[in-house]
Amino acid sequence: MQNEKREPLIHISRRGEISWQRAFAIRALAIVLALVVCAAVCVIMTGENPLSIYGTIWQGSFGSKRKIWVMLQEIAMLLCISLAVTPAFRMRFWNVGGEGQSLAGCLACAACMILLRGILPNGLLIPVMLIASVLAGAIWGVIPAYFKAKWNTNETLFTLMMNYVATQLVAFFCVVWESPRGSGQIGVINLNTELGWLPTVGGQKYLLNVVIVALLCVAMHVYLRYSKHGYEITVVGQSIKTAHYVGIKVEKVIVRTMFLSGALCGLAGFLLTAGTNHTLTTTLVSGRGFTAVMVSWLAKFNPIVMILTSFLLVFLERGAGEIATNFRLNESFSDILTGIILFFIIGCEFFVTYRIHFRRGDSEAKIHV
Amino acid sequence: MAVHAKGCLDRGEKPLDNVVSAVSMHNITKRFGSVIANDRVNLEINRGEILALLGENGSGKTTLMNMLSGIYFPDEGSISVDGRDVVIRSPRDAFDLGIGMIHQHFKLVDVLTAAENIVLGLKGRLDIKGASKRIREICDAYGFEVNPDQKIYDMSVSQKQTVEIVKVLYRGASILILDEPTAVLTPQETEKLFAVLRNMRRDGKAIVIITHKLHEVEEISDRVVTLRHGHYVGDVATRDTNAQEMTNMMVGHAVSLNIDRPDPVSPRPRIEVKGLTVRSEEGLLKLDDVSFIANSGEILGIAGISGSGQKELLESIAGLQAAEKGSICYIEDDGSREELIGQDPLKIAEKGVALSFVPEDRLGMGLVADMGLTDNMMLRSFREGHSVFTDRKGPHDVAQSVVEELSVSTPSLDTPVRRLSGGNVQKVLVGREITTAPTVLLTAYAVRGLDINSSYTIYDLINRQKQKGVAIIYVGEDLDVLIELCDRILVLCAGRVSGIVDGRGANKEQLGYLMTQVGGAAHAK
Repeated sequence: MQNEKREPLIHISRRGEISWQRAFAIRALAIVLALVVCAAVCVIMTGENPLSIYGTIWQGSFGSKRKIWVMLQEIAMLLCISLAVTPAFRMRFWNVGGEGQSLAGCLACAACMILLRGILPNGLLIPVMLIASVLAGAIWGVIPAYFKAKWNTNETLFTLMMNYVATQLVAFFCVVWESPRGSGQIGVINLNTELGWLPTVGGQKYLLNVVIVALLCVAMHVYLRYSKHGYEITVVGQSIKTAHYVGIKVEKVIVRTMFLSGALCGLAGFLLTAGTNHTLTTTLVSGRGFTAVMVSWLAKFNPIVMILTSFLLVFLERGAGEIATNFRLNESFSDILTGIILFFIIGCEFFVTYRIHFRRGDSEAKIHV
Repeated sequence: MAVHAKGCLDRGEKPLDNVVSAVSMHNITKRFGSVIANDRVNLEINRGEILALLGENGSGKTTLMNMLSGIYFPDEGSISVDGRDVVIRSPRDAFDLGIGMIHQHFKLVDVLTAAENIVLGLKGRLDIKGASKRIREICDAYGFEVNPDQKIYDMSVSQKQTVEIVKVLYRGASILILDEPTAVLTPQETEKLFAVLRNMRRDGKAIVIITHKLHEVEEISDRVVTLRHGHYVGDVATRDTNAQEMTNMMVGHAVSLNIDRPDPVSPRPRIEVKGLTVRSEEGLLKLDDVSFIANSGEILGIAGISGSGQKELLESIAGLQAAEKGSICYIEDDGSREELIGQDPLKIAEKGVALSFVPEDRLGMGLVADMGLTDNMMLRSFREGHSVFTDRKGPHDVAQSVVEELSVSTPSLDTPVRRLSGGNVQKVLVGREITTAPTVLLTAYAVRGLDINSSYTIYDLINRQKQKGVAIIYVGEDLDVLIELCDRILVLCAGRVSGIVDGRGANKEQLGYLMTQVGGAAHAK
């Protein structure tokens, strides 16, 4: 009789509860491993000492007072759009149109700055800009929501394609409002008059944006967690059948939530155009609408945790960018590093959810990871 | 070890010379996180024997069998098949050892024929004709009725189950595991299945059936193994035991097996359904000219083969299903009438109709699986008050009292309900629905998948509502329970009212005929 007893080398089982300390340890380990692998790649490509590479990453975000402020601004803008898409995500409405909704806000804001300058006093112009931006973003969000609610269209494709429409519209108006003539670009709007520019608070160009987004973050947390709307969003997201069963009007919730989501993206566009950049280009939102998806997911749609995840992503991106410039590597190199880091961060979720058992020499005892 | 002393007699038919062990599971332990699903369980499965695996919900029956069929891998312990130590890493390994499991949810491709489904995934040249021939041989040998060329979507539930069993036999299984096979069958279909199982036993197959239904255990099995909370409790020959004793083993203490049926409390018409006709989204006729009256203080049972329109009937009353024609009237105590058709649940509630509904799909419809108990209690009440914020204190108190009164076992009030066992989930749902002090209570399969203890708690709750004068519509599948619990039983057959009989004095055969053909009793001998 042959002995068929062979235990599998590894087998995987689902964890039940996991303590938050353990989950935290796994995630921290993932970040450490990511940094080790990044350093290894850098050493191979540049021959530099890994410590100086870590130093460079740190420099990228914290190297100077200015760099710290730029980082804060980047975090604020990324967080703003992430907060905007989060209510939709909690409803399982995959809004990947944050980019387009924000750009629609930028466009509306720039339009007001250009068309209404000199007509409205600055004190009135800025509120009008704000309302226009928010509405533009909201409209961009409500269109796919309406189609979803009415005909159950696929919101991922729809919101994605709305991005391209927004980009092309902006490209079109960049030519219409070009300045100087023939450049095909808008340049800084109202450079001399500063009409429609948000005021500088506390002597810091970026402080106002940071404060607004911080308030927004708290408000979003409260809205999702404690309001009746937030509760309805969660129920619709978890089970549409349950929502019908308790008489929640699912279509209404979808449209209302996407109105909010789009409106906040529009606000982000307003902050970009009126607050800091004072211009309009097709790349003004620079992919934050997509990065926001990751920020929101990594934080499990929790607005407070999103402060951390948006910091992490901005910190890594700026660090990787700094490495690329300091060691004379091109931009693709920083993308490689960001890719490595995200691989580890996202990959570690597997180990948070599952547990791996390895075979040991003696068949009875097992070690658990 | 291989030979088992008890249960070697073939239920008084013919004694076997000696018992041949098919499978022996030794000291099997399986954990899911901190939960121990099986704790050092030993199990012997013999050839030429039908073994009933009995236990309450969450006692680890299905987990144990899943380890035999390669779905889970045991954390500790050993398994031997035909006396040889084996390791079962995957369903394929199990197949190679001749172990086949028929799950509660069938795994068939609707648009393929029976034969195509049976050969699906097998290696070698595709030979449908040859396969059909072999399928017919298997059917003849054991008394199955399967047409190999029939498409799955044309089949009844019982036919689909037959295909699953033939599929397993076709692959050469000699050890069959059936997970609650009778849950979806009519009494007549169950009889047929049991006849087939007896034929397989005669042929020397080893058969395990997982079930809750004690009378079936008594009828079909030779030996009973009981599990309780993941532990092995005992192993007795069926003829040496009885339902009461088995229940006690399963639950761990003595339980009364009688269901109370208090007399109706001043019944008067509460819900009047007239000529209700409902079509599904695909245009199929789901309810056809259904008329009946449900009285207050009375339990109206609804019997029928699953999918005969029970779901549509309850959802129509609850305002979740559009009707093609007909009317559903809610009659108040003062005689005023309220039409419910064309209303949604919110409007029905706003009209002051206190309707509670325990739907069949507990976690998909009645509750939100990822929310805790408190948040689930809020589903019905979160709109109350003018504040934009939700009030969690009220629901928290409700959750607390439901947990205490119905002895729900949960780590905390914030534990997502999907982590609770089936019985506790049902208690939470029923508890929430009756705290709103309903005048009409609709329940669909209120005890499906629940163990005896939980089932009796639910019957008790329903009876208490009845005594408060609530009109109860109870959709059930276990005819014994319907007959013991309900004042009147309405039988649905393919969307039509096949008959309404008095619960007192009803019998299973009569209901069974009504379930299979409209007015069936008149045609049957």
